[in-house]
Amino acid sequence: MNILSILVIIPLLTLLALFVSRNQRYVRTVAVAGFGLQLICAVVVAVQFLQLRSVSDEAMLLFSDTVWYAPFNIHYTVGVDGISVLMILLSAVVAFAGVFSSWNMERDFFAWYSLLSIGVFGYFISLDLFTMFMFYEIALIPMFLLIGVWGTGRKVYAATKLTLMLMGGSALLLTGILGIYFTSGATTMNIMELARMDSIPMHHQYWIFCLTFIGFGVLGALFPFHTWSPDGHASAPTSVSMLHAGVLMKLGGYGCFRVAIFLMPQAAHELSWIFLILTGIGVVYGAYGAVVQTDLKYMNAYSSVSHCGLVLFAILMLNQTAMTGAVLQMLSHGLMTALFFSLIGMIYGRTHTRDIREMGGMMRIMPFASVCYVIAGFASLGLPGFSGFVAEMTIFIGSFEHADLFRRVLTILATTTIVVTAVYILRTVGKVFYGEVQNPAHLQLDDAHWYERLSAVALIACIVAIGVWPSAVQGILYDSFAPVVEHLNIF
Amino acid sequence: MGYTVYIILIPMLMFLFLGLGSKWLAPRVAGLFGTLGMGVSAALAYLTAWNYFAAGVAADGAYPTVTAWSVEWLRFTDRLHIDMGVLLDPISVMMLVVITTVSLMVHIYSFGYMKGERGFQRYYAFLSLFSFSMLGLVVATNIFQMYIFWELVGASSYLLIGFYYTRPAAIAASKKAFIVTRFADLGFLIGILILSYFTGTFDFGLLTADDASLAVTSLAGSSFLGLSAATWAMALLFMGAAGKSAMFPLHIWLPDAMEGPTPVSALIHAATMVVAGVYLVARMFPLYYFAAPDVLTLITYVGAFTALFAALIAITQTDIKRVLAFSTISQIAYMMVALGVSGMGGHAGEGYTASMFHLFTHAFFKALLFLGAGSVIHAVHSNEMEAMGGLRRYMPVTHWTFLIACLAISGIPPFSGFFSKDEILSAAFGHDKVVFAVLLLVAGLTAFYMFRLYYRIFWSEDRAYEKKPHDAPATMLVPLVILALLSVTTGWLPFSELVSSDAVPYALGINWWIAAGGILVSLAGIAVATRLYCRANDLPARLAAKWAGFWRAASHRFYIDQAWLFVTKKIIFRCVSTPVAWFDRHAIDGGISGLGTGTERVSESIKKMQSGRVQTYATFFMWGVLIIVVCVFIF
Repeated sequence: MNILSILVIIPLLTLLALFVSRNQRYVRTVAVAGFGLQLICAVVVAVQFLQLRSVSDEAMLLFSDTVWYAPFNIHYTVGVDGISVLMILLSAVVAFAGVFSSWNMERDFFAWYSLLSIGVFGYFISLDLFTMFMFYEIALIPMFLLIGVWGTGRKVYAATKLTLMLMGGSALLLTGILGIYFTSGATTMNIMELARMDSIPMHHQYWIFCLTFIGFGVLGALFPFHTWSPDGHASAPTSVSMLHAGVLMKLGGYGCFRVAIFLMPQAAHELSWIFLILTGIGVVYGAYGAVVQTDLKYMNAYSSVSHCGLVLFAILMLNQTAMTGAVLQMLSHGLMTALFFSLIGMIYGRTHTRDIREMGGMMRIMPFASVCYVIAGFASLGLPGFSGFVAEMTIFIGSFEHADLFRRVLTILATTTIVVTAVYILRTVGKVFYGEVQNPAHLQLDDAHWYERLSAVALIACIVAIGVWPSAVQGILYDSFAPVVEHLNIF
Repeated sequence: MGYTVYIILIPMLMFLFLGLGSKWLAPRVAGLFGTLGMGVSAALAYLTAWNYFAAGVAADGAYPTVTAWSVEWLRFTDRLHIDMGVLLDPISVMMLVVITTVSLMVHIYSFGYMKGERGFQRYYAFLSLFSFSMLGLVVATNIFQMYIFWELVGASSYLLIGFYYTRPAAIAASKKAFIVTRFADLGFLIGILILSYFTGTFDFGLLTADDASLAVTSLAGSSFLGLSAATWAMALLFMGAAGKSAMFPLHIWLPDAMEGPTPVSALIHAATMVVAGVYLVARMFPLYYFAAPDVLTLITYVGAFTALFAALIAITQTDIKRVLAFSTISQIAYMMVALGVSGMGGHAGEGYTASMFHLFTHAFFKALLFLGAGSVIHAVHSNEMEAMGGLRRYMPVTHWTFLIACLAISGIPPFSGFFSKDEILSAAFGHDKVVFAVLLLVAGLTAFYMFRLYYRIFWSEDRAYEKKPHDAPATMLVPLVILALLSVTTGWLPFSELVSSDAVPYALGINWWIAAGGILVSLAGIAVATRLYCRANDLPARLAAKWAGFWRAASHRFYIDQAWLFVTKKIIFRCVSTPVAWFDRHAIDGGISGLGTGTERVSESIKKMQSGRVQTYATFFMWGVLIIVVCVFIF
């Protein structure tokens, strides 16, 4: 069997094993084993991919194709390029860390968590539009229950809003996918085939591009369709926030690239300015919005709007460097936000508040968690040595490659966020972690447990690894963008 | 000279070792490791300097630019890639010596000063981090490497200013320092973007080689808002430099940064990090000179203004560290002016040599002043002049070394400051008489406020000390004595033989006419200070009352902080961020929620049609048929 399918089968087996698990210990063992195995499998995929690539110049490797429903030409087609390999690695790391951050959750929680993982991994390996969309939906639905049942605060409201908004995006997507299938006149749903044919008439490309870009963009926090994010993240339990901000939001950026831009290159080229304005607004707007937040999770949600906005912004620059930056930013943001949410979960689990005005002097109380938060903060504000710096700089350099003033000015506007980000990060760090202890009751709290430490250390290690050795990521990416960029260079 | 890379790597390894092992290392052991590491770095730096300058000039008569080590770190495009490397040329070698020396002194000094502090290991880890970043900055082979270490330097400065993280003032100061310099770095970054786009390289070698011809030709054509791309790029780079080097109006973070431990102020906020801006301008000097001469004029005037402005404020401050902070701003501005008025090559480049010379001598005597102040603070447990007086009897070593430093900064021969200051004055004299006059005035003011400080600490009247103050322990005194020796001797170095704008050695004598003027002005400053502050009297108070308006404005630092606070708190926080957050919650999210509630309302109203009564359905049916029939007839 194709090794990529194992990535879907492992979470499925975990799901089944969870159903026969009786007690908490068993549940934990199964979850750790399942997601640990998944991480190993992801690494094996990466290694195999690199080995194969040295001998093959196919765009998609580890390719396999099975007919699933012949009348509509729906296939189960899987294959990976450098971008999907990196996304798989990211998802595996975050999902693994997430298990440790939700150590005390019950069986059903992990069951839905596994289902969500099936969707995520299936999505990243799929090359067939329909299967890809199916996995996309599988990834979204469990979110409703994970937030609605195990969440906090206005959880039902948040879960409903999140699900409805993302479903709205899906509706646009489905229309777009049908549009691609019927207007191209193709007898396949295979993305690579469709791109090779490039047969979607120009006047159809415009609306299909808009539908698919917005459809995926909703999940990628495209302004002004981002408002599910603050409420959703604030209400979600720790590991769900981690997985959602860390991985699910990447489904959006990945989709925008893989479907919207790859299949409708001419439309992307002509309409990119509209979405560049939207994402440009999102980048700056999210950062300013974060400055006045008093809830740690809200602050990180707005920060995510800003950082994820930068992903879409970079993709729309339509050149190799900026797109490389976009992938780096996806990785960086995924790891960083996962770390942030896991740490906020630790703090919230102990203090039962996320309001920065009610906390202070945490450095004395929980030194480990606090130091990790400061590190996450430095990563977020783009300090060299962490992944955020590499990603942002690649994006800025890439975006500045354009000779036209419009893109230049937008890039300069986007760079101003490096200052605003510093403002909101340091404000929180100063208020929550430094200073005198605000609430004497907090003095009794204990520092992070071993499983929480494991989660944080794993994420920090990845962030630093990318920040110190970015060429490794570039090595995996190599010329994954070549098909797209060649496609775009026609104009 | 491959070993030079270890000068940078050792502090980095020390940082990792001390940072990760801080829990398991005894404070003393951690400090010892940090100091030993720095000692090895310093020894290697001296060896490098010796080898580099002893090898002498190359065939073309200039000191060679050696890339001792280099590796590609990140490739952006075919043209643009960031390398990490070690570049050796006269100024980077000089900086290696300065940084490692002062850092080593501070490492030793901190043993005594920080004894018993909570987080002693963390302190040494941060010192190592800073040393690593600063050393990486000066040996950068390309502008992006410099930017990377520039940011790291800012972060380590943030961590060290906020070392006493439970103190609100320290938290606020560290935040302010980071954000203000980050704001300036934005300029730096955009400058790099513009520069690299047009020239297609980050490399200093290519950017500054051959009269910066690459940049001159590639940046010449395009313009934006009436200024050429070169002017924009170089002005933005200067903005970054101005932020780190605390030029007006980005100077506001430096006085507050004094909330950090005093040895940190000596190392970071006096001798090394704050001169990074000067170093950047010096590094890019050919570009400034050939591609953007108008920016050099800007630098001259900003520098001259800052020098005067900071000196005026320094006169009125009562916190001894703040006096020193403003004096630092003023002296760095001196260096900036020297670069601004400099020409290229030989005697025309006198300003360049003078700037680097002043950077060199200033590092030692200013570090000495700070460490001396630290020793005083250690003894009386206060930063305020009010708590001091008559200390010369109790702390002889601190007193004498402090006096040497004061004489050096005032430009009295034969101390080191005299030589470098004289060169700056002479360079300014040849370029612009107004600037020269301002600098001369500042020289007088400098002597005045330094001796005001000196007299109020060591002379004036005795305070009723609770515990008799005494000189600091040996670990603190040894660095003082070493730095005092350096403050006496470094002025005698034949600096123009080593550092010049085109790396070609030349002879530069003392311009005795200007020197005489400088000495006279300084002596006048000292004389006035002696009259006012040597013995306690009410003349200073009366003068302050007479000039009440000026005094109040200057002691409030001319309200620049308030102006910035107004912009950040009132405009950005209240007029941008709060409305953005409100807009997001109410307009955008309200719109989305409105869609939801709208759907609910509509379904609420149309569900009444589903009444279950056959009569209603029949009516609807009839109406439907009627409408269709009508439509068919019409169209």
